Amino acid sequence: MKKQSIDSISARPKPWYDPRIRALFFQVVTLGVVFWAGWVLIDNTLSNMQSRGISTGFGFLDETAGFGIIMHLVPFDATMSYGRTFWVGLTNTLLVSAMGVVAATIIGFLVGVARLSSNWLVAKIALVYIEVIRNIPLLLQIFFWYFAVLASLPAPRQSVEVGGAFFLNNRGLYLPGPVTQDGFGLVWGALLVAIAAVFGLRSWTKKRQKASGQLFPTVKVSIAILVLLPLIAFFLAGQPLEWDLPALKGFNFGGGISLIPELAALWVALSLYTASFIAEIVRSGILAVSKGQTEASKALGLPNGLTLRLIIIPQAMRVIIPPLTSQYLNLVKNSSLATAIGYPDLVSVFMGTTLNQTGQAVEVVAITMGVYLTISLLISLLMNLYNRAVEIKER
Amino acid sequence: MTESTIKPPKKNLGPVKWMRTHLFSSWYNSLLTLVVGYLLLTSVGPLVSWVFLDATFEGSGPGDCLGEGACWLFVSQRLNFFIYGFYPDELQWRVDIMFGLLALAFVPQFIEGFPARKWLGIFGMSGLPIIGYVLIPGGILGLEEVESSKWGGLMLTLILAYIGILASLPIGILLAIGRRSDMPIIRGLCVVFIEVWRAVPLITVLFMASVMLPLFLPEGVSFEKLVRALIGITLWQSAYMAEVIRGGLQAIPRGQYEAANALGLGYWRKMGLVILPQALKLVIPGIVNTFISLFKDTTLVLIIGLFDILGAVQSTIADPAWQNVAIEGYVFVAFCFWVFCFGISRYSQNLERKLDTGHKT
Amino acid sequence: MKRMILVALGMTFVAGALSTTGVLAATTLESVKAKGHLQCGVTSGLPGFSQPDEKGNWTGIDVDTCRAVAAAVFGDAKAVEFTPLTAKERFTALQSGEIDMLSRNTTWTLTRDVSLGLNFAGVNYYDGQGFLINKDIGVDDAEQLDGATVCIQSGTTSELNLADYFRAKGMKFKPIVFDTSEQTVQGFAAGRCDVLTSDRSQLAALRSKLADPNTAKILPNTISKEPLGPVVRQGDDQWFNIVKWVLFAQINAEELGITMDNVGEMLKSDNPNVQRLLGTDGDMGAKLGLPDDFGHAIVKQVGNYGEMYDRNVGPDTALGLERGINALWTNGGILYAPPVR
Repeated sequence: MKKQSIDSISARPKPWYDPRIRALFFQVVTLGVVFWAGWVLIDNTLSNMQSRGISTGFGFLDETAGFGIIMHLVPFDATMSYGRTFWVGLTNTLLVSAMGVVAATIIGFLVGVARLSSNWLVAKIALVYIEVIRNIPLLLQIFFWYFAVLASLPAPRQSVEVGGAFFLNNRGLYLPGPVTQDGFGLVWGALLVAIAAVFGLRSWTKKRQKASGQLFPTVKVSIAILVLLPLIAFFLAGQPLEWDLPALKGFNFGGGISLIPELAALWVALSLYTASFIAEIVRSGILAVSKGQTEASKALGLPNGLTLRLIIIPQAMRVIIPPLTSQYLNLVKNSSLATAIGYPDLVSVFMGTTLNQTGQAVEVVAITMGVYLTISLLISLLMNLYNRAVEIKER
Repeated sequence: MTESTIKPPKKNLGPVKWMRTHLFSSWYNSLLTLVVGYLLLTSVGPLVSWVFLDATFEGSGPGDCLGEGACWLFVSQRLNFFIYGFYPDELQWRVDIMFGLLALAFVPQFIEGFPARKWLGIFGMSGLPIIGYVLIPGGILGLEEVESSKWGGLMLTLILAYIGILASLPIGILLAIGRRSDMPIIRGLCVVFIEVWRAVPLITVLFMASVMLPLFLPEGVSFEKLVRALIGITLWQSAYMAEVIRGGLQAIPRGQYEAANALGLGYWRKMGLVILPQALKLVIPGIVNTFISLFKDTTLVLIIGLFDILGAVQSTIADPAWQNVAIEGYVFVAFCFWVFCFGISRYSQNLERKLDTGHKT
Repeated sequence: MKRMILVALGMTFVAGALSTTGVLAATTLESVKAKGHLQCGVTSGLPGFSQPDEKGNWTGIDVDTCRAVAAAVFGDAKAVEFTPLTAKERFTALQSGEIDMLSRNTTWTLTRDVSLGLNFAGVNYYDGQGFLINKDIGVDDAEQLDGATVCIQSGTTSELNLADYFRAKGMKFKPIVFDTSEQTVQGFAAGRCDVLTSDRSQLAALRSKLADPNTAKILPNTISKEPLGPVVRQGDDQWFNIVKWVLFAQINAEELGITMDNVGEMLKSDNPNVQRLLGTDGDMGAKLGLPDDFGHAIVKQVGNYGEMYDRNVGPDTALGLERGINALWTNGGILYAPPVR
């Protein structure tokens, strides 16, 4: 009896005690449950749609949309297809996201640095800004910028005017639009040459520094090249640029570039809100660089500007970039709140009007979610690549 | 005696010294201080008089708001709607009890050394939801039923955030454990679930929950709109919760796992008795932070037609009886959210400092 | 493992506890009866059509249409719960079974009838699209609107009609699209747009929501036909017939002169038409699957069509809309209900 039990211990465990077999079993069961649940959902949906006579498939994308959209970056009118409304919505989403990312980064870095300022007043104002803005829901801020601020702006005929070229009223902000004439190609060409020259300059100064240790004011010279070369070309070509000034025509201003209030409100709200988070990220990133690094760089005799550029910022960026990316992702996702104030983004145009006119909720929602998923995966991918590039190389 | 306590020169002492170092340390700092100070003074004055001095606080109706300042009368007259929505007046005591219990369970968490603090917290996570489930909708124990379509205002906001966080916690824990599992299929499924939910905006999730969820269910089975919104919020939130908890799991040293294995604990015992208690304690600040963002995000339900506090205010602003009260309404909502979120975030920061055992690498 | 099962059980329990009673029923009528009330989709706020007061009591012509159906099914006009829906949500809510019928000033069009899986059960208000404009702009006719900015509600036929109208006239416009009619008015009041377009009946209601209604006027043009009516899901002919005949019963009641006040006396009427409608003769109700006295219940509790109209949108209300084409065919309108026999 006793002997037997010792035998069974030394032998292989019973199959149901073998961790590998248990793991396999467990995974197969889980996979089965997930597939079963997915199948039930799909089956339910299909049978529900069939029994309720809802049309399915993606054929609707080629049908005529028949409604207008106030702002479109790709050509659009009511005779175009529902598929085209998707592109209009997508480009508008990308536009406001890009504008938001740029503005939020600039404001966020400024506020983050201000937060660490030796000036007490500036530091406290930055603190108040951060604590107020990030503790108030974004949707509320969008409403505030849209409904409360818009209502206090004048009507088109009483616009706020600056020099006959800039107009602000409750229909938006109107700026002069540049119209390029013949010969402007020369300016573009000059710009290309300037960019090439800057790259050449950089590699030359690096080589020179390695050989002789002498520093060269690369940044200042680069900026000078980038500005001056196209400017010279511009005057040589006989100033081939005219300005299309906005003017009051009928109901409203026409001509020039216009920024509609929906876009402006969404942009301001998204930028200010995200900036309050970025500021904190920047602050902690700078604080994460130990003081010894600054002291070491001073001891090496590096000037202040170079210490910042070569020692502090690269190290701080390593801490800043990952949370910064997730803030950018949040900004892109939050841009979908556009639907609350009628900015024609993807959710508002495609998941709103198009879905309603066609009634094909499943297809439209699937496409919309797919878009956000793709954007998110792309940004994560870029971030991982960047992380790999900047991570500490341990040799 | 007097000679030995000679004070330093006046310019190195007191407010003068403070101002010299903090406001006027260099020429550009002085300039900055002056410019910013001027802007601050010119904007604070009108703001204070708008909010307090010129504002109307009392009166009987829209006609009393004549002053230049804010019309807080609008807020006080509609306060009942902003807090309870359409909840019947005579039954609002039930909501009040819940507000009270909620405060009883969670406010002590902010106070160091409050008696039975831990038990109150546990009650808030376990007993309270059950009481709320009986009390708010009614329909049992002789309580009159109040349909969820009549819930609204601050009460609805709190319900959404509270249930959202409570329900997403266990799902988040399971997902986090799954993501750190050795089994490739389990891990893969959890990764896909988490990443998909985190990638899509809440508004699309809410919209899907509100109009598409019924299509997924078998014929005849249906949920109320509020429940559907809650399902959407919970699934979405649990993905974020999982990532927070995963952070805690990763912070637990390998030795703890190995020690638990050496003791012969099975997987679930190892997790439940050794790893999770430590990991969860570590991530309390993170959970509190996700709660804050969820609390702010609940405002999105107004887009699918639920009257949360912002929805309630937004719909009253359109009332022609009151004119130009949009800013007052928004400021009121902003203030409510700010008090909650700022208070809670302070709490989580304190906790973070306290939990910081100095072992961070 | 056991723990996993326990967790799964717990979650199922929670899900079950959260859910309302899932009713498995073959027909809409059976499921409505099993629930004990009618679930009716309405707008989240449009004076005269469906509007909640501060206590959450709903009023309006669309709301009364729901009440009439509840009266017919249960003999109790109060056995109805309202689901406020945005224009975007309304069809999916009906398709998915969240609501039993949709009564939300919805225009009957071929596409909606055919490809959305819905059936329009009739028309409870004949409308047409018009324009509300600020008086200061000095425009008297819609043809002068070239280049105007137009506030409009998302997901409506108005959105499509507007594009058609401007294209046909060779004019340009800028649409500002809002989710709810409340926001549309808010945008118009804030000066975001020059004109607001919607069904004419709604324009009257929306104008009354402005701080000073006299600053705006409704242009004389009607650019479309907008027959508004209750909608049901396709594939349940019995329920479709019930909603359709409830509406016809109200119109017939007005034609026969049966009102809320005299419906009691009318029970003794020897007019066979009245007898059939009120259920004192024949089994009209039973043919629909309803109590025979369903007509009596409707008129007694909700009133005939004329009473419903006058109470909610008629000349004595804030909207002040004349009957116009919504009068009975005998009075120069186009309301004409098939006979109950």
